[in-house]
Amino acid sequence: MSAAMTAPPIRAIDAGAPMMELRDIARRFEKKLDLAGRIARRLGAPVKEEVVHAVDGVDLTIRKGEVVGLVGESGCGKSTLGRMVAGILPPSGGTIQRNGVDIRSLDAAAAREMKLRTQMIFQDPYASLNPRMRVADIVGEAPLVHGIVSRAGYDAYVDEQMRRAGLDPAFKRRYPHQFSGGQRQRIGIARALAVKPDFIVCDEAVAALDVSIQAQILNLFIKLRTELDLTYLFISHDLGVVEHISDRVVIMYLGRVVEEAPSETVFAQPNHPYTRSLLDAVPRIESRKRAFSVVKGEIPSPLNPPQGCHFHPRCPHAMERCRVERPILKEVAPGQRSACHLNDAA
Amino acid sequence: MAAPTLEVRNLRTHFFTRAGVVKAVDDVSFTVERGKVLGLVGESGSGKTVTGFSIIGLVDPPGRIVGGQILFQGRDLATATEAEMRGLRGNRIAMIFQDPMMTLNPVLRIDTQMIETVLAHKKVSHEEARQRARDTLGMVGIPSPDERLKSYPHQFSGGMRQRVAIAIALLHEPDLIVADEPTTALDVTIQGQILAEVQKLAQTTGTSLIWITHDLSVVAGLADDIAVMYAGRVVEHGAVSDVLDRPLHPYTAGLIGSVPSRNKRGEPLRQIPGMTPSLLSLPPGCAFRSRCPRAAEACLAEPEIRETLPGRQVRCFRPMTEAAEQAA
Repeated sequence: MSAAMTAPPIRAIDAGAPMMELRDIARRFEKKLDLAGRIARRLGAPVKEEVVHAVDGVDLTIRKGEVVGLVGESGCGKSTLGRMVAGILPPSGGTIQRNGVDIRSLDAAAAREMKLRTQMIFQDPYASLNPRMRVADIVGEAPLVHGIVSRAGYDAYVDEQMRRAGLDPAFKRRYPHQFSGGQRQRIGIARALAVKPDFIVCDEAVAALDVSIQAQILNLFIKLRTELDLTYLFISHDLGVVEHISDRVVIMYLGRVVEEAPSETVFAQPNHPYTRSLLDAVPRIESRKRAFSVVKGEIPSPLNPPQGCHFHPRCPHAMERCRVERPILKEVAPGQRSACHLNDAA
Repeated sequence: MAAPTLEVRNLRTHFFTRAGVVKAVDDVSFTVERGKVLGLVGESGSGKTVTGFSIIGLVDPPGRIVGGQILFQGRDLATATEAEMRGLRGNRIAMIFQDPMMTLNPVLRIDTQMIETVLAHKKVSHEEARQRARDTLGMVGIPSPDERLKSYPHQFSGGMRQRVAIAIALLHEPDLIVADEPTTALDVTIQGQILAEVQKLAQTTGTSLIWITHDLSVVAGLADDIAVMYAGRVVEHGAVSDVLDRPLHPYTAGLIGSVPSRNKRGEPLRQIPGMTPSLLSLPPGCAFRSRCPRAAEACLAEPEIRETLPGRQVRCFRPMTEAAEQAA
């Protein structure tokens, strides 16, 4: 029995300024009316522009050295949130602070510097690499452009990045299609790390991989975290993966955070009914022939989410209040916050 | 004891490509008893889907079944004519695909497709067929089946579409359903709903099920037996609890070690090094040799699958024993 088993790596809470602080972040996607729609409206028909609230008022704090798991089902806005954190999608409302500085207050040079320090690793290792570029260029282009490495040190630098991600530098003249899925994901990781970021957003980074390859990549993430002192936002629909890698877990449902707590707490004492039903639905390798539990109903369309608490139509404990009033995130235990009216009743 | 619903014996399905012969399925044997669920587990390219396609007779050229028997209630499907297969497929044997849009025709209403399926194998009136379609939709948990019968596939969500595909598979109360990763593309809560329905159906109707998946966790909760495939072969076969609690083959042990779970939080996962070999150029001997921590001289020869314990089969010269596990 190793020491690591008895003591999971919990980072000291409140270690310095938060790396990333999101306040009331929102992102709306609007579908403009087409010509027919505009004419119909002018004639008095009740047509409206369709607005999707992909992310609806989310607060999120990520401290240095932490691994935060962001969990939710399709359409809950986890990827949209991840893209805003990574700085590749502007929010439609709210503020993002990086190391205590509002990113909108930065001048162009500082903003570029800030963006470089946050990198993203994508789900699909087939779509996120340029098929016409050689691996050496995929990994080395950005550090060269941004002056992180000189022309003279270029080759050695690329070799080092590839080796660190577990790739043989002998393959650096190859194209992405000559690699397997797992190796391509390693190329994506090498590319992200080549610009020396301190914060990584992983959007379903292991979802497309076979189990044995997924384990290899997860191990690589864990190793790089300690080696390079990285902070991760780890987005996934797979609770097993999130439980394995995260210190803290944030659970989203239809654009809102419903629960947020340290990993052990979420999986041992989930508070929100949605979290509980999600955990019940997850197949576990420890389980044997058993009755699968069932959450009733489907995820509603984000185009027309239910009033009040978004989860109330599927919630076994829904009350009158849940239909009208939006619950806010409140602390229910140290470090654990949940958005549910049941906590007031108790 | 009654005869098993399905008995696959030494099945070989090869693909004759320009680059060479791909032995996608090579000497696969297993049995499925009535009302039981077999989990057929493997990673991409292990031959699990081709095994399923071979059973239901959907292997297209350049692939063909080159050897072995597929005994379905005593009849050999490997040598059955296309006409015989048409009589069985959709009637006694049904298949559920990963992507329900493979089953559903996007330009036809659900009722058209379901009634057509009923009438293909049964001489009943149109009205009776509609009745049957409606009852089956209700059985798989689709609310207000009467209205939903008039919908087109695109008007359903992913989970609902998969339910419709399952309903179509159930129309004739088949004796065997081959399900190829039917919940892989679905969200966990929806997957839980579908698994619950399937489990209930297998228990109440006595339908046997082959559940093809890469997800050991799903199999752990659903199946009675498990067959683990690697590079076209079954490497381990036995009851779910035996195989998952005490794996004998190093590959099975590696797969189990690779699954992140609550017991292993924060630690590195016990990973399998390397990757699946190309089926075009399999090395001689055990196909798992190059990735195996227990590989030895003996593994240069080809291992046969053999029964080590009652009901447990493994294809390995140096299977994991408890002593070996402790040393690892």
